[in-house]
Amino acid sequence: MIKTEHILDVKGLACPMPIVRTRKAMNDLLAGDVLEVLATDKGSTADIKAWAASSGHAYLGTETEQDVLHHFLKKDSANVIVKQEIPVVQLDTFMKKLEQESSLEIIDVREVEEYNEAHIPGAIHIALGEIETRMNELNKSKDLYLICQTGRRSGIAGIQLRENGFKKLYNVVPGMTEWTKQTKKGN
Amino acid sequence: MTVRIMKPAEVARYSIEKKPLFILDVRNEDAFADWKIEGESIEYLNIPYFDLLDGVDDIKGELPRDRDILVVCAKEGSSQMIAEMLSDEGMDVAYLEGGMKAWSEYLEPVKVGTLKSGGELYQFVRLGKGCLSYMVIDADKAAVIDATRMTDVFLDFAKEKGATIEHVFDTHLHADHISGGNVIAEATGATYYLPSQDAEEVVFDYKKLADGLRVTVGETSVEAVFSPGHTSGSTSFVVDEAYLLTGDILFIDSIGRPDLAGMADNWVGDLRTTLYNRYEQLSEELVVLPAHFMEMKEVNADGSVAKQLSVLFSENHGLQVEDENEFRVLVTENLPPQPNAYQEIRKTNMGVLTPDAETQREMEIGPNRCAVR
Repeated sequence: MIKTEHILDVKGLACPMPIVRTRKAMNDLLAGDVLEVLATDKGSTADIKAWAASSGHAYLGTETEQDVLHHFLKKDSANVIVKQEIPVVQLDTFMKKLEQESSLEIIDVREVEEYNEAHIPGAIHIALGEIETRMNELNKSKDLYLICQTGRRSGIAGIQLRENGFKKLYNVVPGMTEWTKQTKKGN
Repeated sequence: MTVRIMKPAEVARYSIEKKPLFILDVRNEDAFADWKIEGESIEYLNIPYFDLLDGVDDIKGELPRDRDILVVCAKEGSSQMIAEMLSDEGMDVAYLEGGMKAWSEYLEPVKVGTLKSGGELYQFVRLGKGCLSYMVIDADKAAVIDATRMTDVFLDFAKEKGATIEHVFDTHLHADHISGGNVIAEATGATYYLPSQDAEEVVFDYKKLADGLRVTVGETSVEAVFSPGHTSGSTSFVVDEAYLLTGDILFIDSIGRPDLAGMADNWVGDLRTTLYNRYEQLSEELVVLPAHFMEMKEVNADGSVAKQLSVLFSENHGLQVEDENEFRVLVTENLPPQPNAYQEIRKTNMGVLTPDAETQREMEIGPNRCAVR
């Protein structure tokens, strides 16, 4: 199960410290655990990626928020990342599709606070960390549209779902950051 | 054993004088593949620092005992750590102060000639990126051509020589590195000259360069020769009737690429005319001083990058193509990849973008890719 509660803050530290600390933090985790590394050293992206590859961890991706880089690593899972991403549907295409067929199955995998702030009316909320335990609530025979803020988390969720036999999956990219149509607040 | 700190200026000596050096480059493999410290007498070992965190035992055997060892990384921190680990194991090593970041910004001033009036012509060799800038100094006056963004180097150098910078020229609007021209002109009150064809979107004040424009620095003449082809405004300079500053039109072993603004097909004719007609009309005795070099073998024993025009007419690969179609194919096909962030660099050189120093540094990362062979 993906856990995002493991967070390592190396903001303000310069090379080699982000990697030195990340390596130490990874030692304390279990195989399959996900570590989120917050860093400000711009060189850390290339190095984390290369380090993960050389040490057998999966580099899941990096998100940038303001000046902070959020690196996601999955321990001892280098093989997982080799699996192909699920198909992508562009946000504008998705918006048009939604206008024509109002009853699409949309899964919003962001955190509950983000979902409550604003979500697409009708979107089901299952946070990324809950996907594995709650995927039985989803219908394998239907087309499922996965969305998050930027498309990264929904991409990870998609890979997890596909590993569990879901086939009709679409990752909506870029995600809620560029959603311009009506939203709903609360749950 | 104490760890030595080596400054970029010292590394430059190894590179120019071909002194044996062993570089343990601890950046990640992609960064090393992209660019490194070049030198014909340098041997390399690339092992990322993060593969050495458990210890350096595995690589001790791979390090030579008979030459100096320099540990290099992107910004210094990792190389210092690895150098200390090696030192703890009894190895005598140094690390590069400021890392590749400092190397990229280091300029080696080389005197390329004494002018007729007794003045001097200096070339500033940016070894890490292959850029070349120039300063003409005569009778307390100076002119700077194709300055890089490390403007303090030029300002301090002129001050040391007791010279006032009165003229600042760029041979063209650069796309591979950020120009220091406007900053130097503002700091000194000098006139900044740019070819107007390249400067349509420039937002600051500049004086238009035109063919035949002649300024004097002390008693030394600097004359503009319109030589389009790399850009539509590219202009060369004849200094003291003895030196030909070719910008990005003609290099030592190659010629400029005309496509930086997506204009390869339109500019190839201009490039042909400049190289095969315009330059033919100049004195073959002129010493060519380009704005770039590509490989260390183009660097002379004294650290300069310079060669007589007559020699280039017989040896430069780009000047041996008699057939026009063949020439067209050479310069418009098989072009190397565009330099890193070249659109942003152009906009910065027009004054349209004003990125901070750190961003400017990142925009310039990587090798320059201005030439075709």
